[in-house]
Amino acid sequence: MLILASPLCFSQGNVLTIAAPPKVIAKAGATVEAKITAQLRPGYHCNSTTPSDDYLIPLKLTWTAAPLSVAEVVYPKPQMEKYAFSDKPLSVYTGDFDIVTKFNVPASAPPGPTVISAKLRYQACTDRMCLPPKTVDVSLPIEIVK
Amino acid sequence: MKLVLAAIAILSGLAFTGCSRTSGVVKAESTRKMAPDFALKDAAGKTVRLSDYRGDVVLLNFWATWCGPCQIEIPWFIDFQKNYKDRKFAVLGVSMDDDGWKSVKPYIEQRKINYPIVVGTEETSQLYGGIDSLPTTFIIDRGGRIAAVHTGLVSKSVYQDEINKLLDDKDDGGVLQEPARRSALVDPRLAAVLFAR
Repeated sequence: MLILASPLCFSQGNVLTIAAPPKVIAKAGATVEAKITAQLRPGYHCNSTTPSDDYLIPLKLTWTAAPLSVAEVVYPKPQMEKYAFSDKPLSVYTGDFDIVTKFNVPASAPPGPTVISAKLRYQACTDRMCLPPKTVDVSLPIEIVK
Repeated sequence: MKLVLAAIAILSGLAFTGCSRTSGVVKAESTRKMAPDFALKDAAGKTVRLSDYRGDVVLLNFWATWCGPCQIEIPWFIDFQKNYKDRKFAVLGVSMDDDGWKSVKPYIEQRKINYPIVVGTEETSQLYGGIDSLPTTFIIDRGGRIAAVHTGLVSKSVYQDEINKLLDDKDDGGVLQEPARRSALVDPRLAAVLFAR
């Protein structure tokens, strides 16, 4: 029944990739920042975390941070870009961009190495077509020290 | 007898004239594949089958509410549905929204979409080779065969040209040519000509 392979079988995979983040040293009882660098394939954009229209799917980074806790996720300033399919500029990210997360490290956090994880949900388009929303797994190595 | 032969000649001629007009991005008939059938629910819960539209030229549009380029095309499709509906033409929208009717129903009402919308599944996507990019639109001839495929935003005139070509095409996949086909039943030589593909 799979009859249309040639015109449609051009799976884009993940047009957004995450550069492996360096290990973060987290001092118990302090706060620490971690930077995640996302790289969008040229020609693509994704909606920012505050899209221009309600129907657009925002980019969102969601952490499973234990034993740390998330204090704040700081997204980059969006670009306002005009595309063929929109009358007005859209709030988007393109190219490489950084998302910074500030973590609280509990004083009781056990020292030693650990890995916390996150999911980055995004929805990407070119100026002519869109890909379904996707979620990329993010792993952040952490060394908790006293 | 002469009258019958003349009618057969005219009908045969119409069939082949129709074939020859399918040019440009509309695929030649011999290369068209059948559009896979599916059965999906519309907003009212009624089952809609693609095969229900056999005999019509169908614009089958895979879209989603979150797809910006799709928003541009939908008003065009509303116009097509309005302007061509008396010529055995139909638009059928397949939404690929993950949350289904929760997003799609309000959207249909807000945009006053005048053609049937169903919510697609992964299985529907796979039937069509895996719909990975939206919009993806299939122009289907009266015989249920895919005459053109577009991935991404194209111009309204491209769709119009293709629809008009197929609407003008006298080869209807066996739906409108019943007189010719009945004639073919009594004349094996004509059958060989008419049904040769």
